[in-house]
Amino acid sequence: MATLASLLPGLAVAYLLARREFRGRALLDGLVHLPLILPPVVTGYLLLLAFGRRGWFGPALAELGIVFSFRWTGAALACAVMGFPLMVRAMRLSFEAVDTKLEQAAGTLGAAPAAVFLVVTLPLALPGILAGAVLAFAKAMGEFGATITFVSNIPGETQTLPAAIYTLTQVPGGEAGALRLTLVSVALSMAALIASEWLARRAKARLGA
Amino acid sequence: MIEVSVRHRRGAFALDADFAAAGRITALFGRSGSGKSTLVDVIAGLVRPDHGRVVVDGVTLLDTEARVRVPVHRRRIGYVFQEARLMPHLSVRQNLLFGRFFARHRSGGPSLDAVADLLGIAPLLERRPAGLSGGERQRVAIGRALLARPRLLLMDEPLSALDAARKAEILPYVARLRDEARVPIVYVSHAVAEVARLADTVVVLDCGRVAACGPAAEVLRRDALFPGRDTGETGALLPLRVAAHDDAFGLTHLDGAAGRLTVPRLSLPPGSSLRVRVRARDVLVAREAPRGLSARNVLPGTVVAVTPGEGAHARVEIACGEAVLVAQVTRLAAHELSLAPGLPVVAIVKSVAFDEETMGVVEI
Repeated sequence: MATLASLLPGLAVAYLLARREFRGRALLDGLVHLPLILPPVVTGYLLLLAFGRRGWFGPALAELGIVFSFRWTGAALACAVMGFPLMVRAMRLSFEAVDTKLEQAAGTLGAAPAAVFLVVTLPLALPGILAGAVLAFAKAMGEFGATITFVSNIPGETQTLPAAIYTLTQVPGGEAGALRLTLVSVALSMAALIASEWLARRAKARLGA
Repeated sequence: MIEVSVRHRRGAFALDADFAAAGRITALFGRSGSGKSTLVDVIAGLVRPDHGRVVVDGVTLLDTEARVRVPVHRRRIGYVFQEARLMPHLSVRQNLLFGRFFARHRSGGPSLDAVADLLGIAPLLERRPAGLSGGERQRVAIGRALLARPRLLLMDEPLSALDAARKAEILPYVARLRDEARVPIVYVSHAVAEVARLADTVVVLDCGRVAACGPAAEVLRRDALFPGRDTGETGALLPLRVAAHDDAFGLTHLDGAAGRLTVPRLSLPPGSSLRVRVRARDVLVAREAPRGLSARNVLPGTVVAVTPGEGAHARVEIACGEAVLVAQVTRLAAHELSLAPGLPVVAIVKSVAFDEETMGVVEI
């Protein structure tokens, strides 16, 4: 969920950072990468300040029917924010690798800039975009600190896998459950990796490389 | 009709060029760094000049004074780049139809089949660009530009990345384009042979400025291709017709306004027309027809002009019938033979001076 939601903004930011020169570019770059450097707990606390029930944007969003605090949506938001830098980095690299000469050629053939992006840039950057999405997914799977700070650890609502495993290891007789979830975690991660590998290879094969 | 006027400065390089051309193929000729590519990029809309005006067939595409700037994708200008720039993720067929998709609301232009036939790429349609040779890629790129229903085709040294064999493979297709596709072409080149074979109008660029502009035959006759240098590379550009072949000696006789020329055997049927460049340095001048001469082409004529060059050379223009030949001789020779306008002379050209570089085997 977190991965899907951050895909579009991720693409937009990555494209901006890769192709455009604008004021505040360094600032945007810094903001995007902040969660990578900050301790996750700090990120979570900032999210709480911003989107909490009495946070800066919380009340306004609540009127629109969007509530993050202590809901699964909040967990998704935290995971998305934490995965975002990894995703943007991978996508940005893949956008930068697309030859602008091909985009120019598409323009001379009558393709408007939006069409050039859809039929040339995006398909050519696809392997990197997938890699970015998988990285963000992996990060979301492992997210612990920011989520627990922002929306606590409510089973069935805001509990991430590592949080659940941690909880189980804290109670007597929870080892079996923890082991089961660990296996689930390993399986999910493997599946994601294999899927991205396969997609990337298919995309590469289509380029005839 | 193409009218271009550009003033553009980037760092130490300044482009300041004006020209108008009406031919089917306009050649932009000049050394590398003379501004040719920047000029075509301005026409295509890929470079925004500081000041400029670009009008193609009466449609204003750029006018910085009037604040008109049609965006690249609405200019309808096909562009064949030095490197083919095919889309690697699309098949040859999809590449060819790429521009046609965006031009689908306009009518006219050749069909995919016609273009594939014209360029000999029908067998490649289902392949991917990565599996094509350089020459094949360039032909696909030409087809792709044609299918976008352009009002003008720009070709920026489309042959420069290819070896001699591949060049020889593509050049006839460009000539067929000129004769069959009826799209005006601006052809950028620094190869005299390509310009001599293809162009009607030649614009010579030197250091960002137009050094010469005019009909190809005239620019070549004035040796204006290489400003400031006596190369003898250029001279007369003669339209000729294959009269007969001499199979016993492996020769072909060509007839034209200058008289009969005998050249090494060509593989064209009698009656075909072709363009022949007679390099000024290949032409000798004699006061009277010499005897016992090995050269097969002895053309009587009259001197119309003698132009001394900077160094040892002089260019002598000789009217032979309707045509004008140009000879590059030493100034000393011009002096000792007292060459002057009105003097009857003979122009002599060795048959073996005609080679692939000078013979426009391409039909016109």
